[in-house]
Amino acid sequence: MITFTVNGNKHEFSGDPSTPVLWYLRDELNLTGPKFGCGMAQCGACTVHIDGMAQRSCVLPVSAVQGKQVTTIEGLSENGDHPVQKAWVEHKVPQCGFCQCGQIMQAASLLSTNPTPSDEEIVQNMSGNICRCGTYPRIHKAIKSASKSMSGNAGVSYFDPTQAGEEA
Amino acid sequence: MRDNTYFDMNRRSFLKSSAAAGALVLGTYFMGSAPRAMAGVLAKPAENAKRANLFVALRPDGMVEITCHRSEMGQQIRTAIAQIVADEMEAAWDKVIVIQGKGDPKYGDQNTDGSRSIRYNMQRLREMGASVRYMMQHAAAKRWGVSADTCTANQHVVSHTSGKTLSYKELVTDAINFVPPASEEITLKSKEEWRYINTGMAHIDLQDLVTGSATFAADVRIPGTLVAVVLRPPVVGGKLKSVDSKTAKAMPGVVDVVEMPVPSGALQFQPKGGVAVIAKSTWAAWQARKALKVEWDDGENSEYNSETFKTELISTVNSAQTHVREKGDATTVLSQASDKLIADYYIPHLAQAPMEPPCATAHFKDGAIKVWAATQNPQADMATISALLGIPKENVEVNVTMLGGGFGRKSKPDFSAEAAFLSMKTGHPIRVQWTREDDIQHGFYHAVSAQHVEASLDDKGAIDAYLHRTAFSPIAALFQEGATTPMGFELRLGFTDNPINTPNLKLEVGNAKSMARVGWMRSVSNIFHAYAIQSFIAEAAHKANRDPKDYLLDTIGPARILDVTEQGAEYDNYGADKEEYPLDIGRLRHVIEKAASMAKWGREMPEGRGLGIAAHRSFLTYVAAVVEVEVSKSGDLRIVKSWAAIDAGTVVNTDTVKNQVQGGLIFGLTTALSNGITFDKGKVQQSNFHDYRVPRMSDSPLDIEVEVIESDAPPAGVGEPATPVFAPALCNAIFAACGKRIRQLPIGNQLKA
Repeated sequence: MITFTVNGNKHEFSGDPSTPVLWYLRDELNLTGPKFGCGMAQCGACTVHIDGMAQRSCVLPVSAVQGKQVTTIEGLSENGDHPVQKAWVEHKVPQCGFCQCGQIMQAASLLSTNPTPSDEEIVQNMSGNICRCGTYPRIHKAIKSASKSMSGNAGVSYFDPTQAGEEA
Repeated sequence: MRDNTYFDMNRRSFLKSSAAAGALVLGTYFMGSAPRAMAGVLAKPAENAKRANLFVALRPDGMVEITCHRSEMGQQIRTAIAQIVADEMEAAWDKVIVIQGKGDPKYGDQNTDGSRSIRYNMQRLREMGASVRYMMQHAAAKRWGVSADTCTANQHVVSHTSGKTLSYKELVTDAINFVPPASEEITLKSKEEWRYINTGMAHIDLQDLVTGSATFAADVRIPGTLVAVVLRPPVVGGKLKSVDSKTAKAMPGVVDVVEMPVPSGALQFQPKGGVAVIAKSTWAAWQARKALKVEWDDGENSEYNSETFKTELISTVNSAQTHVREKGDATTVLSQASDKLIADYYIPHLAQAPMEPPCATAHFKDGAIKVWAATQNPQADMATISALLGIPKENVEVNVTMLGGGFGRKSKPDFSAEAAFLSMKTGHPIRVQWTREDDIQHGFYHAVSAQHVEASLDDKGAIDAYLHRTAFSPIAALFQEGATTPMGFELRLGFTDNPINTPNLKLEVGNAKSMARVGWMRSVSNIFHAYAIQSFIAEAAHKANRDPKDYLLDTIGPARILDVTEQGAEYDNYGADKEEYPLDIGRLRHVIEKAASMAKWGREMPEGRGLGIAAHRSFLTYVAAVVEVEVSKSGDLRIVKSWAAIDAGTVVNTDTVKNQVQGGLIFGLTTALSNGITFDKGKVQQSNFHDYRVPRMSDSPLDIEVEVIESDAPPAGVGEPATPVFAPALCNAIFAACGKRIRQLPIGNQLKA
């Protein structure tokens, strides 16, 4: 039995441990934010956070997330208002949008470890995520914007479902 | 009870609804060739709208439902259609809901390719919106007992000159009993009155896209759905010889293994055949497919080899071929010229490779089928599925999801037909999921092409004779078995409409086979035609020792209307009227001048840096791009920046146009960067993004300035026209930077040599 959390909720998995996390999320939990784009960690459409770090869920077996926290785009923020998501809206980044959840998860992970990346660091960190619509110039600008709005707030703070609805 | 949704064409009105909870619904029909707004009343717009076609429904709660009958693949057509209708009807934007239309011939054309959604629909959408505004004004006037011209509509409210107001919501029930206006009774807004059209407003799906809640094809959840993956014949025309599925069938989660039907006759959009594995989960299906033991009969196309074919194509364009346009006597002038510029250009097959691989879900029940698909052309899904399953088209319901990119791949509904066949065969709802390998190896590829261009220059350096031959694997073979001659439209994409102004010009076309499935990819044959023409003009500029931008302007000649049919060319002008959408060299000149000025053309460049320019008219739109590159001494290429000017006539969303131009240029970069799709023994040699390279952030210019030319001309294409100019502008920039001329794409190691 493999146990882990997804977006703050506990889950147990007893199937084929080599099943990629992506297919567990999509087929069993119906979390369809992470996308299937290549199946070999080449495009980044499936990017999720494992303990806060961006990883490609299409090649990551469920056995590798024992005891870990998995976060998908659905758990990045409660109302779609993570600074990176807001920056994506501000710059009207998406065209078809298929890759953008992966791009956003990658960018959020980057900014949590490096809140003020240089232009070149952004390129290095984001070049594993393909956007066939070619929104790269806007992705780059949006990350700069998010970086500005997040300055002084290093780390990703996720929406915690156990805290939802409670008074602060 | 009477069917309230029936649209009575003869009376030019809908039958009246007696339902108190009715909504005001307007639809438009094509009356012959003339689009005309038609209006009437329906009771249940959302469920029964299939009987009307294009429509807008003002609901009793005041919300406006606007149907988008075109597919959304990133071009923001859902927003654009809503902008147009809501603007003319004076709807408040926060009361607008967009409904995605199903496949239905009553909408007219739904084939979302060819960059024509706005061109085909803007007028009738405006009339439809204006009809609602008209009815609101008249409903209020009647309530108040005043003349309608003393009432004005503004943001969901009608006001009288006296200061009285009524909201649209309050007027719905009154308007239900109105006879809708004829086209000639309504007044469209002037451009100055537009509040949504011609702005850069944010698109309606933006929040859904950044939160993962938008529904793409693979996100559709129909209870009881099983997942299928198909093992297809690796060679086009190949057949299954034998299959051993014992191991696969015994694997956990596997439900069935099913042989797919063998395609017959012209390929069209038929599934390729093969064997399908059906399982309870994607992963299980995928694992089991690997366990299938199959033997194929590869068939005739197993001799397809890209290296051999390249040699053949280049040889074809180096001998005389059939001419399709001629002016003066280029043959004689060139035969007598002592010094000619001669160049051959080559581009391999390419794959669209949209980020979302093809995917569709189908559910067959009681002789009818429901399909949910990422399709650019739901009516093609209906036709293909109807033919494959042997059921009437009316029994095929196609629901269009959001598309994770299309680029032409998803105009071909082979994947929907696979799902439909398997659902009929098994009785289960089936989702067919293509892997990336499936997408790369079983696609409808951009044609492989060769071009031969030669010219002689006069004593001032101007081109006085120009010969251009093209040959490529034609799309025609998809529709006619063994066709080797391109269909007319393939030539009209950037070849017969060559803008070069010279006294002697001859354009010739050679034949070529298609030994793979060749289909259209964003901007289609404009890609290789513009590459050859725009590279060659820059080569001629160099030979003439002229500035490439000035030479380009001189070569296309003075501002004028060019009618290529006067030189014997068959030219359909993208199906548009040539008076309304002439080939206007003045507009082409203008975007060149604009892009050059944006890039500060002519400025001093440091060593190893260069600017290149290219311009092209496609899909009735004019685009020019300038690219700045840096080439290091060791041959490393860096794209520094790009500038583009686009004149697409009237535009609906200025920001969408900019985004499409930025993305279209980067898509064009694929041509220069990618190793392409190559074949050996009829099989595709690439399989995924590690060996079929597409641009990444590290490859792309991160600063692309776009100027959208303000224009009152009728709307033209936006999605495709930026793509063809990028590769030639890039290669011209590389030449300016380091003196190396790239005549064969991809660039590959050519800068290292």
